[in-house]
Amino acid sequence: MSVEGKPRRTTGWSGLGDHFPTLGRTINAHRLVYLDTAATAQKPEGVIAAEQEYYRSTNANVHRGIHTLAEEATAAYENCRHRVAGLISAPSAESVVITRNATAAINLVARGLEHTFKAGDEILLTEMEHHANLVPWIMLANRTGIRLRHIPITDEGLLDLDRMTQLLTPRTRLVSLVHVSNVLGTINPVREVAEAAHAAGARILVDAAQSVGHMPVSMEDLGVDMLVFSAHKCYGPMGLGFLAARPEILEEMEPMEGGGEMINEVFLDRATWAEPPLKFEAGTPNVAAAAAFPPALDLLEDLGLDAVRSHERELTDYALDRLGEIDGLVVFGPHDPSLRGGLVAFHDPEVHPHDMATLLDQAGVAVRAGHHCAQPLHRRLGVVATTRASFGVYSTNEDIDALIEAIRFARRYFQS
Amino acid sequence: MNTNGLDQLYREVILDHHRHPRGRHKLHQVDVEASGLNPSCGDEVTLQLELDGDRIRDVAVDGRGCAVSTASGSILAELIQGLTLDEARRIAELFKKVMHGEDVPDEIDMGDLEALTGVRKFPVRIKCALLPWVTLLNAALDDAGAAREPGGTGGAVGGEAGE
Repeated sequence: MSVEGKPRRTTGWSGLGDHFPTLGRTINAHRLVYLDTAATAQKPEGVIAAEQEYYRSTNANVHRGIHTLAEEATAAYENCRHRVAGLISAPSAESVVITRNATAAINLVARGLEHTFKAGDEILLTEMEHHANLVPWIMLANRTGIRLRHIPITDEGLLDLDRMTQLLTPRTRLVSLVHVSNVLGTINPVREVAEAAHAAGARILVDAAQSVGHMPVSMEDLGVDMLVFSAHKCYGPMGLGFLAARPEILEEMEPMEGGGEMINEVFLDRATWAEPPLKFEAGTPNVAAAAAFPPALDLLEDLGLDAVRSHERELTDYALDRLGEIDGLVVFGPHDPSLRGGLVAFHDPEVHPHDMATLLDQAGVAVRAGHHCAQPLHRRLGVVATTRASFGVYSTNEDIDALIEAIRFARRYFQS
Repeated sequence: MNTNGLDQLYREVILDHHRHPRGRHKLHQVDVEASGLNPSCGDEVTLQLELDGDRIRDVAVDGRGCAVSTASGSILAELIQGLTLDEARRIAELFKKVMHGEDVPDEIDMGDLEALTGVRKFPVRIKCALLPWVTLLNAALDDAGAAREPGGTGGAVGGEAGE
């Protein structure tokens, strides 16, 4: 297939896809072209092997047993916490709470800090948030009478920072925003927002579900108080997420769930809590997932997160160019790929996203269609749904060529 | 590209309903109105019925959806016009069962609806086909008389896919 305008470049790491078993699949007689990494990343052999190896050779509960397996399980679990703290430059390993996913981490904050909010307090969000960073706050507002405000976006999909300045007031207690939008791709200027939030006396939480594992992300550099992400979007297993927070915030937070492991001392009618992070980790956690995440981090470290970022940036640049060749296709988000993470959502007035995704799947191309858990953003964009292609370390320009060819096929199919 | 599987989903009659949807007009009077939403994709549909006693004199369908849900709404508009509310409800219930895997009874002529049974090979799309019909069932034809009023809010199909 020839590419007009630009010479075809092949970016990335030759043969890397071979380390991801799912990518070897054939879908509807075509090579699988997986362009849904923003929903979940495919898993490298090392992660799959480590999860299996945990159950084959270790399997024990954590923090409880004295026997060898229990010690190994605890070591594997705590090693994950250390690795994550290092990955995101968290204040310490103890400031990393292990959760089910990023959503659970945000809910934990909303519940844990509930007692510090009073009616009239404000939380500042943005128009481009995932439901995971909207609904827990709506629930909190329903319980406490706090007020939710939202930073609007410009037509290009950037945060309106002038409006942000007006919306930050002494009533603002918390700013919570997404690092990289899962629809627009916009990389938000989190550091700038954090400085403004702190100047206004508010804390800041960043939803880094689409950025960690795709670019260097440092809590310290971003200047944020809290950060959440999920392992499965950065090549790790499902069922594992993280809340990293400054120690005094974790001290202030109430636990959301009571049970085993989160206590210091229990009587029949009262109990005292363990120190953070265990205070927030009641019950048996997903130890196998924690044991299987470090191999994903090893892979990312071997590749280098700066190189991963430039790989995804080049893919996005290429995808924007090629999608631009298709008449009438509307691409959302910033035009400048240096302001975008590795995903592109678009709207084809001729083919509805659901039909588009079904037709692309016939060509082996896996994309996501729908509102991507961001209904208010889609309302703002004036569409009910979009089609999204998102990239990972294994993605190539050939994948994008396959996408373009499949979109053209979809249009022909509906026109004929 | 081999399009056999696709052609099962997008039969010519479906594409025709998609390209030229029926029922996209204004009613003289609106006796029943209901809207439905597919929370997994945001698709929405609004149905309006004009009644003559218990009989459906005219049907209007509006909304934003994919080819499958648009065609399904268009077929609905054609099919239930002239029927009683009870007859329309029976068709909706039968169609739901058929889309969830039951065979079409031999003695029943489902008309253009039959073309939508190809959607069953694409399980995630079944709720697209059902959206207008579930909307009809959940709100407009509810036994409770209260629902037979303009402005009733409809049901939703499917769950929201997490991300």
